[in-house]
Amino acid sequence: MDNINWLYSDKVKDHFMHPRNVLMDEAGFQADARGIIGNIKCGDEMLMLIKVDKEKMVITDCKWKTFGCASAIASTSVLSEMAIGKTLDEAYKITSHDIAKALGSLPEHKIHCSVLGDKALRAAINDYYMHNGMEEKVKKEKEHIICQCLGITDKEIEDAVLEGAHTYMELQEHTKIGTVCGKCKEKSIELMQQYMDKYFKK
Amino acid sequence: MLTNRKVYLDHNATTPIHPEVKKAMVAAMATFGNPSSLHEYGRVARLLVEDSRAALASFIGADPKEVVFMGSGSEANNTVLNLFSCAGFRKCEVVGCSLGKKEVITTKIEHPCVLESAACLAERGAVVHFVGVDRYGKINLDEFKQKLSENTGLISIMMANNEIGTLQDVKELCRISHAKGALFHTDAVQAVGKIPVNVKDLDVDYLSLSGHKIYGPKGIGALYVKKGVQFCPFICGGHQEHGRRAGTENTLGIVGLAKAIEMRKKEMIGEHERVLKLKMLLKQGIEENIPDVQFNGHPTDSLAGTLNVSFLGAEGEAILLYLDLEGIAVSTGSACASASLDPSHVLTATGISQEQAHGSIRMSLGRETSLEDINYVIKKLIKVIKHVRKISTVASGDRHG
Repeated sequence: MDNINWLYSDKVKDHFMHPRNVLMDEAGFQADARGIIGNIKCGDEMLMLIKVDKEKMVITDCKWKTFGCASAIASTSVLSEMAIGKTLDEAYKITSHDIAKALGSLPEHKIHCSVLGDKALRAAINDYYMHNGMEEKVKKEKEHIICQCLGITDKEIEDAVLEGAHTYMELQEHTKIGTVCGKCKEKSIELMQQYMDKYFKK
Repeated sequence: MLTNRKVYLDHNATTPIHPEVKKAMVAAMATFGNPSSLHEYGRVARLLVEDSRAALASFIGADPKEVVFMGSGSEANNTVLNLFSCAGFRKCEVVGCSLGKKEVITTKIEHPCVLESAACLAERGAVVHFVGVDRYGKINLDEFKQKLSENTGLISIMMANNEIGTLQDVKELCRISHAKGALFHTDAVQAVGKIPVNVKDLDVDYLSLSGHKIYGPKGIGALYVKKGVQFCPFICGGHQEHGRRAGTENTLGIVGLAKAIEMRKKEMIGEHERVLKLKMLLKQGIEENIPDVQFNGHPTDSLAGTLNVSFLGAEGEAILLYLDLEGIAVSTGSACASASLDPSHVLTATGISQEQAHGSIRMSLGRETSLEDINYVIKKLIKVIKHVRKISTVASGDRHG
C-alpha cells in the first residue's frame, strides 16, 4: 500500500520528509570549502559545504541546500550522509548512480535530478584543494562542457548513451541537457551519434 | 504528521464523478444495444444517445444536429485542426470549405493537443501563427489583428486557460475573425459548465468540450459544428454521428456527459459564487501569511475556481509532494514535474521568470471544496513553504520564509 501512496521508494520518502544535514546557518557552520552548481533559472541549484580533517583528509561534516525537486532533496540528503567519514579522494568518486543505489531506486526520469549533488560535492572538494595549497590535486577536467546552461559535458553524454539513451529526448531525460536555451541541441545529437556508433554499431 | 483529511484541489485536471451521474450511468449499463441497430436493443440505446444529444445541445444553445460526440476534448480539438489540413491540401467538395487558405492562427497558451496539431499543420506546409499573450494571459489583440488576413482559414483560441484560468473574449475575437472570412474554433473544455456558454451568442463555428472536467466520466467529449460549415471526419469508416465520427457510440459515456450537463445547469450559477468566495479566501490567506508570492493569471477575468501562485525560492514539485503528504492534491508548472523537463509553456508565455514558473502551484477548486478545506490548505501551505524555503539556496539570502 505504501508504494501506491507514494511516488518514490520508502527511502526517498524518508529523506524527502526528513532531509539530513540541511544547512541552517552558513556563517555558524564555518565550512572549510564550498561548492555551488546549477542555476536557479534552470530550476535546479545546489550548494554543498564541507568540513575537512586536515591530517586525515577526511570529510568530517557536510551541509547542503537546494532549490530543487523531491528527488534532488532526497538524493542530496543521502549524499551528505555518504560523504561524511570518507576521504576527499573517496568522496570525489561518488557518482549519481551510487546515490540512486543508496536510495533504493529513483524513477528513471528522475535520475537527472540527482546529478547536481555529486557535482556540487566535487566542486566543494576542488575548492578545498584550491585553498589549501593542493592546486595540483584539482581534478583536471578532461571533459568539455557542451551545455553551457547546465554545465553538462561530453563525458556525461557518453555515460548517458551507455545507460541506454539513444534519442535526444532520452538523452535529455538522463542529463537534462539542452533544456534551458537549447543551443547545444545539434552538437549534443552529433556527439550522441558518435558514442552510439562507437559502442553499439555492429 | 500523517492526516486523514483529503483535500482535492486539482479540478482542472479532472473531477470526481457527480453522484447523480454515477446513478445515471449505472442505470444505463443495462442498455447494451448498438445505437445503430434497427432492432429494439438498438432503438433503446439510440433513444439514450439522442436524448443526451438534445440535452447537451440545449445547454450550449445549439441544434442537436450540430453536436458530434467524440472520445475526448483532445479528439475534438484534433478533429478541427486536422480538418484544416484537409481543406488546405486536398480538393474538397464540401460546401463552405475555405479551400486555398493556408494560414492558421492560434495562441501560445493553448492546450498541447492544439499546439501540437498546429505544429503538425505547419510541417505539412500551412502557415501557423502562435499569437502571444500579456502578463495576465490575455491574447495580444494588436498582434492577433496583425496576423489576421484574407489568407487566414482557421483560428483556434481557447475560452478559459487550464493553468491560469484566464478567460478570452471569444465573442469579440470571433467577430473580428469572421469579418476576414476565417472560421473560428474555441477549445471550451475548461469553460463549458463553469461559465455560461452559448454558441449562437458567441457565433463560433466549432467548440470543443469534455465530460470529465465537469463531474462526468472520462473518455467522452463533444464537438459543436455550426450548421453549414465545412467538416471532414478525423476518424473515418463509419456512418455514426451522421458520418462525422466513426466508431460505435459510447452510450455510457454519452449518458454520463448529458447527466453531468444537466447537473451543471442546476448547480453552476450558485456554485460559481461559492467557489469564487473560497478562492478569494485562499488567495487572501496566502497573501497575508506567506511572503514573496506572485499570483499568475488575470485577477478578475478568470475561472472562479482556478488560483495559480508562484512561491519564490521554492520548487514546485517539492511543494506538491509535501502537500501530497498532508493529503492535499494540487498541480505545478515546474519543469521537474513534467516529462519534457520544460516549465509550463503557459506561464512562460505570460513572461514570468523561470524561477517563478518553477515555483508555481495551481489550485483548482470544485463543487465539493469546503471552507474547512481552504482553512486547512492555508495552514499546511504556510508550513510547507516555510520548510521548502529553509532548504532552498534562493531563500537563504535576504528572504526569510
